[in-house]
Amino acid sequence: MANYLIKRILMLFPLLLGITLITFTVIHLAPGEPVEMQVSMNPKVSAASKERLRKFYGLDKPLHVQYGTWLANLSRLDFGRSFSPDNRPVRDKIAERIPITLSLNIIALILEFGLAIPIGILAAVHRDTLIDRGISVFVFVGFAVPTFWLALLCMYFFGVKLSWLPISGIHSLGSDRLPLMARSLDLARHLVLPVAIATFGSLAGLSRYMRSTMLEVLSQDYITTARAKGVRERAVIYKHALKNALLPVITLLGFSLPGLIGGSVIFETIFAIPGMGQLFYQAVMARDYPLVMGILVIGACLTLVGNLLADLCYAVADPRIRHGEG
Amino acid sequence: MNNGVNGPYTRFWRRFKTNRFAVAGLCVILALFALSFCASFLTPYDPDALDAWHVLLPPSMAHLFGTDELGRDVLTRIIYGARVSLKVGFVAVGIAVVIGTVVGLCAGFYGGWMDAILMRLVDIMLCFPTFFLILAVIAMLEPSIWYIMVIIGLTGWMGVARLVRAEVLSLKSRDFVLAARVLGASDARIIFRHILPNALSPVLVSATLGVAGAILTESALSFLGIGVQPPTPSWGNILTAGKDYIEFAWWLSLFPGVAILVTVLSYNLVGEGIRDALDPRKQ
Repeated sequence: MANYLIKRILMLFPLLLGITLITFTVIHLAPGEPVEMQVSMNPKVSAASKERLRKFYGLDKPLHVQYGTWLANLSRLDFGRSFSPDNRPVRDKIAERIPITLSLNIIALILEFGLAIPIGILAAVHRDTLIDRGISVFVFVGFAVPTFWLALLCMYFFGVKLSWLPISGIHSLGSDRLPLMARSLDLARHLVLPVAIATFGSLAGLSRYMRSTMLEVLSQDYITTARAKGVRERAVIYKHALKNALLPVITLLGFSLPGLIGGSVIFETIFAIPGMGQLFYQAVMARDYPLVMGILVIGACLTLVGNLLADLCYAVADPRIRHGEG
Repeated sequence: MNNGVNGPYTRFWRRFKTNRFAVAGLCVILALFALSFCASFLTPYDPDALDAWHVLLPPSMAHLFGTDELGRDVLTRIIYGARVSLKVGFVAVGIAVVIGTVVGLCAGFYGGWMDAILMRLVDIMLCFPTFFLILAVIAMLEPSIWYIMVIIGLTGWMGVARLVRAEVLSLKSRDFVLAARVLGASDARIIFRHILPNALSPVLVSATLGVAGAILTESALSFLGIGVQPPTPSWGNILTAGKDYIEFAWWLSLFPGVAILVTVLSYNLVGEGIRDALDPRKQ
């Protein structure tokens, strides 16, 4: 186990280096310079001041020098300063967006697993019956529905038509003067639609996965044995089968790690939620290189860590992997 | 192979046919192709013609899906928009399949350091939040449908590479490949005659599902305003207008979304159908 762990952690370093290299190359080779973007609005800017701006951002140096500087700073967890007029550190800009995205995604994640697991079990246990078919239809539609469109429909139906829920932002106007209870309620009402849509988005895949792992476990010999011994069907499913079927599903939690922080550009744009997705979208539009690279690198690193965690969970739970690799 | 004997294609088709959903999906896709090819014969309206007198009309006999904020017929724009979606799906997945197949073949066939480097590249690419990466690149380029197709392709080949590599690894040591090698066949001949045709069937499934994904990604990008640019209609950019006029014109939001849903659903059903038809464990 220790060997396996060390090997996996050592492998992280070349992968991290690759991530930074690809991020940097992609962003810097794309045409359109941040300086041009800022200057194009103002025809009075002279060539000399453009040059000064480039120098200020360090864009006048050769690419490999820029990469070296950026990488050196990155190793101290310094993501540089934003190119936007406020010129604040990228780290601060990201940090202030994390809480809203993170809390929204955690609620959605709990709901996803909380709903997908029973749905998957239900479909597997009632395989090929009307229930299973119904769930299959739901799953296929869930895979195919564009979430931003679903968001639009819900906004129309619950927001415009029934006016039950607010359709954008996370606070009502003037809610900061309300007492705490009313303010929390206001926030909750704003989060209902985004959370519901985010949950629906990944529900289909997750419940289908749960169904297939459950079916696989149910076809194992030890389940037949349990049934042959006369164990009641409920106990077979919830005691014998569920434990093994849940394992692969739980490891998926590791893979959800990057999504928790990353957020979604689409929802956050539609619902005007000031989270990471919106920040990224704005950064891309303004060609704010350090901010774009910061978010991409953080996202990719979290994926890396998430994958490692998922694999470790698997190794801890499954002795075949532990001993095979070690 | 078409005279009813048990050729692999006939067998495949016979099994595919038994899946009603997959056949329905295939019909929808074929119908969409037909629609988008004959678009100019099917509708009396010009997709780009502005009509200030008929702005935001609800669905009626004259305009089955209503009109948009510039008086254009929504049904016409959805039919023309199908061209974009179908094209994006095919070209993007085509690019992904070609890159993925080449990478997977090289890694699986040659092994060693080539395999190590290519597979680490796959690992790295898989770490990136794909939509963020696509967004970053597209937004910095001039928005154009060609860039979108290329970028979706360039960020979507990793799954294919892994599939092909796994297939190649298992095929490489099979008897018929060893026999070809003993007979003195060149690497190129072994790869193209013996390995590639056998390695491609799982790729077909992932390509079909990939088309569905590419259509969803394009519509999301166009919805955000960095995909297909107006006045060229695409399902995503009609929805952008739908969002702006959501309080007055539900038909602008409903119909393009249904079009995306039905198309993506059809591709997914066909993909599943192909998977089941190729799976030797299922009868």
